[in-house]
Amino acid sequence: MKKVIIIFLFFILSAGNASSLIKVDITRGNLDPLPIAVSPLHIDMKSENYKSLKEKKLGEEISKIIEKNFKSTGLFNPLKKNAFVQKPDIAHLKPRFEDWRLIKAQALVTGKILVKDKKLKVEFRLWDLTAAKEMAALSFTTTPTNWRRVAHIISDKIYERLTGETGYFDTRIIYVSETGPKDQRIKKLAIMDQDGYNTKYLTLGNELVLTPRFNPTNQLVTYMSYFKNMPRVYLLDIETGIQEVVGNFPGMTFAPRFSPDGKKIIMSFAKDGNSDIYSMDLETRVVEKITDHSAIDTSPSYSPDGKYICFNSDRSGLQQIYVMRSDGTQVKRVTFGKGLYGTPVWSPRGDLIAFTKVHKGRFYIGVMRSDGTGQRLLTENYYQEAPSWSPNGRVLIFYRETKTDSKGKGFSAKLWSIDITGYNERMIKTETDASDPSWSSLLSK
Amino acid sequence: MSRGLLFSFIFHGFVIFMTALTLPFMLREAVDLPPIVSVEFIEITDKTNIPFAPKAREIIEKVKKEDKRVVSEQAPPADKAKEKPDRIPMPEDKKEIKKIVKKKQNPEEIKPQIRQTSEFEKKELFDPDQIAALIDKAKEQQAETQKKADKLTQSSVKNSFARGLSLSEEDALRAQIFGCWSVPLGLPYDEKLLVRIKLKLKQDGSILKSEILDHERMNTPGQSFYRVLAESALRAVRICQPLKVPPTGYERWKDLQLNFDPTEMLKG
Repeated sequence: MKKVIIIFLFFILSAGNASSLIKVDITRGNLDPLPIAVSPLHIDMKSENYKSLKEKKLGEEISKIIEKNFKSTGLFNPLKKNAFVQKPDIAHLKPRFEDWRLIKAQALVTGKILVKDKKLKVEFRLWDLTAAKEMAALSFTTTPTNWRRVAHIISDKIYERLTGETGYFDTRIIYVSETGPKDQRIKKLAIMDQDGYNTKYLTLGNELVLTPRFNPTNQLVTYMSYFKNMPRVYLLDIETGIQEVVGNFPGMTFAPRFSPDGKKIIMSFAKDGNSDIYSMDLETRVVEKITDHSAIDTSPSYSPDGKYICFNSDRSGLQQIYVMRSDGTQVKRVTFGKGLYGTPVWSPRGDLIAFTKVHKGRFYIGVMRSDGTGQRLLTENYYQEAPSWSPNGRVLIFYRETKTDSKGKGFSAKLWSIDITGYNERMIKTETDASDPSWSSLLSK
Repeated sequence: MSRGLLFSFIFHGFVIFMTALTLPFMLREAVDLPPIVSVEFIEITDKTNIPFAPKAREIIEKVKKEDKRVVSEQAPPADKAKEKPDRIPMPEDKKEIKKIVKKKQNPEEIKPQIRQTSEFEKKELFDPDQIAALIDKAKEQQAETQKKADKLTQSSVKNSFARGLSLSEEDALRAQIFGCWSVPLGLPYDEKLLVRIKLKLKQDGSILKSEILDHERMNTPGQSFYRVLAESALRAVRICQPLKVPPTGYERWKDLQLNFDPTEMLKG
């Protein structure tokens, strides 16, 4: 009996000790970009033309694209290659972690390429240098001309593994290419890779094109075009090049946009001088009127779950942003700030709505929560508009125009991107002037 | 058959006996803990403690003497109280009393300060709740051994009692890890983001062993952000090592738990 009690006493005491284990709460960290080393991909011995310069360059080029992608996120800091401490082929087998840590790298990317039978095989490994272990390893086989995409896919996989959200590098951007003097602009539909390469023109430029928008589920694009001075909504399949008119509307149609499941188009449509929001089922071609108000309702955008629609309306006197259920009920105003609010776009993550704000002659791109709280203006300029989300909801792309001087020169329109922190603003190089960008979903899922 | 029945009776009897015996203990322990915890958090490092001023010492010694008198006056009822409950047999108690008496008989060993605490603890013996008293007594013994070993001041003995880091020690460690932790940015706003890492440390503050406490969540589908977050926390600890732990009291901080939670940061 005595022993039992003593045992229990010990038990109680030890339990008391265990609960007094020292606990320290860490609630802050730094947002410095993660130092990452991207080793050039080496050529496999078994590869055809093993010693050819062209293939040696390919490995280097792929690593350069990966570095450029990382740099553009603002989340990573790719280290300079001349500080690298190990040859690419040896590092790919197993890096000497301590040596890489010396150059302050926290992650390392190594890889190998093999060209055989007109196929390109690329494999890569991602190493956690502080934990001294492999974090991810994958290989891809494709045609050699597709090497840029392979570099983007690798970037996506690494980005996913290190940040916890899906990447956005293996994507394309569709935009309106503009050439010629300001009063006689030739506008063509153009598409390019997310990093500005592989530009292709989809229309000839004899018709005015506006507001191209990607289907969030596939490579279908909807856009507006003026045909005999009548605006029409078109559908374009990028893979086949087939175009069709969605419907003939007697009045004016504006700002078409896909629903998140890609089965509907939502747009505003002016009839008898009053514009309201309509949706159209792409299979049945049934048109449904969603808002019915004497004010001008435009720029609708679905929430990613398809249950809500945000749009702008001047029903309060000035143009502000409203949210309603997708059947048109429970309309609620969400912005109350000074100035005009327009072009709301719901983030694919669902947590934020991006918008354009005009106040005292300046244009702002901003984000807010879907209930209108937490409004943050990310960038301010003379004229900028039309934000479009990256598929992971982290980056916005928009276009910015510069002022024309007194001689009528100096005008330009360029694409810019900014991430939702507002710190990482970058211009995206395009062959011509560009406006109205729209970001595609990931090409490979 | 009858043997099986017998075994069943013995087994169930044992289970019932154990639960009857252990449950009250558990309950009482839970009730007893809070006051101990409340003392822990106010402590400051040895260095920053103000040493006793000579005048204050005199006053304290006076108080001590008074305390002694109080103790001696109230001593008899305490013995009675001990006799009442049946659970704890008398001989053990007597032994423990003897031990204390022995210590008292050997005044060279014990400094007046120590005697003061022991008087305080003795006071608690008057508590009719005997188990609580026993626990305290055990703690007192623990404290006494520590006192002898470390030759620490009175207040720092209380500190090691609490087994925690002082505010300044904790701040130093926290500031160090803040600098090492690159918070991943793809985290959702509306999920629970707490990562608890249990560490076993070496004397110099480097890491012997690290363990993520909620590691099963790392492989839960739809929670891939958690793996990234947990890995970033682990990376922070590894980059930071050796951790800035106090130079003394290894026993106190050799097991350390770090709670990483970026929620505040993401909101701000």
